[in-house]
Amino acid sequence: MNLQTTLYQTHLDSGGRIVPFGGWDMPVQYSGILNEVKAVRTGAGIFDVSHMGRLYISGPQAAAFLDRMLTGAASTLRVGRARYCMICNESGGVIDDTIFYRLAADRYLLVPNAGNRPAVLAWFRQWLDAEFSGGGAGSVSLDDRTVETALIALQGPNSPAVLDTLCTLDDGEPASATRPFSWRNGLFQSREVFIGRTGYTGEDGFELALDAADAVPVWQALVDAGALPCGLGARDVLRLEAALPLHGHEIDPDTSPIEAGLERFVRAEGDYLGQPALQRQREQGTARKLVGLKLPGRSAPRAGYPILSGGQEVGRITSGSYSPTLDTSIAMGYVLAGYTDPGLTLAVDIRGRATPAEVAPLPFYTRS
Amino acid sequence: MNPEDRKYTQEHEWAKVEDAAARLVAVGITHYAQDELGDIVYFDLPQVGDKVAYMEKMGEVESVKAVSDLFSPVTGQVSAVNDALIDHPELVNDDPFEAGWIVRVVLEDLAELDNLMSAADYEAYIQGTH
Repeated sequence: MNLQTTLYQTHLDSGGRIVPFGGWDMPVQYSGILNEVKAVRTGAGIFDVSHMGRLYISGPQAAAFLDRMLTGAASTLRVGRARYCMICNESGGVIDDTIFYRLAADRYLLVPNAGNRPAVLAWFRQWLDAEFSGGGAGSVSLDDRTVETALIALQGPNSPAVLDTLCTLDDGEPASATRPFSWRNGLFQSREVFIGRTGYTGEDGFELALDAADAVPVWQALVDAGALPCGLGARDVLRLEAALPLHGHEIDPDTSPIEAGLERFVRAEGDYLGQPALQRQREQGTARKLVGLKLPGRSAPRAGYPILSGGQEVGRITSGSYSPTLDTSIAMGYVLAGYTDPGLTLAVDIRGRATPAEVAPLPFYTRS
Repeated sequence: MNPEDRKYTQEHEWAKVEDAAARLVAVGITHYAQDELGDIVYFDLPQVGDKVAYMEKMGEVESVKAVSDLFSPVTGQVSAVNDALIDHPELVNDDPFEAGWIVRVVLEDLAELDNLMSAADYEAYIQGTH
């Protein structure tokens, strides 16, 4: 039995088509993926991302604990700021990627992927028991508030204007005064919301965390203010155009952030889990690397399709789609070192057709 | 919703007689099929002159999210292909029963259509698949 967000009935009522995803029943589309992608690239779209986790980590040792668990530093992150990084195992494989926020000196909010929430909780508890139980009970507390809260992403160039019609910060400033990769508390039509200026689309935007009980009226107000409901289908196309990795595709427990081209989110120094393995990979290189591929036309490579050079398999596709923003097919995949230079022509075996594919710099799309 | 002037398959294709004397039918996919696929972006279609066979793969249809095989509802030879779908595959989303026809086929035996479902039977069939 899958979980449902508090917006489930709203999705059904507004024509959302529901699919299982990460243990949840979620809308894959409403008006159509192409229409939804366009809305986010040119206007504003909203996504119910309540299936993603909300883990609150607090206590005198919270910063030290997260410094140990994350590839990005928690103790040096300023209160009010957010950071993207990985949770790695001791081999440097990615248990999950996450955005975390520093709420106070001794308190953080960490957002794991929906399907990885149980694995992240188990991993955190294992290391809390192993290394952070000495400070006495309560030195670090882990509070999973995914079910009691909702998370709504408002994304697109018009999202600041849309949000400002409905929401102010607690000091009276407009909501759009929230800076990129920062968070503020706000009042959304008198409802308390946490506003993070982050997202997963390659556009400007916000993620609003709020009481689950407030999700329906907030969603409805955003729709009435001009934001188009968007589903997981559009979200996947948008994140692929922006070359943002999806756990289970570009990254997984057997794949490192170095292979995935995510070095900039990995500290060189620091006593965090996976650091020795990742440092070795940084120095010695990896056998394979994630690359972008562009293919003429609209027939898209899909995850698992072989990447060829001279008829020999040199890699595999991890994600692919027709890109409506670029009007061509795009993909990401792992290839052997030596096949990663932008401009190089490879091929993808699309159901028996060897289709030419050019190695392209990532991301495919950057907002202007 | 499903026009009564044609026959249907369980794979959500339709076949409509255009010229009985010439054993010529038009072939496409149904409204239900296009709605399930979502935004169609690409067709891989047979060529004029190709032989197609009842319920055998004749091409592929690709939406943003997925790829599906296209099955021929009839046995015969392709006499025309809807070239408009190359640049405008969304025609099948917009108008699956008319402008979004996919191929025209000259049947070996017009009686083959008796194997297919009527509009009413097809309607009952898609209700039952929900």
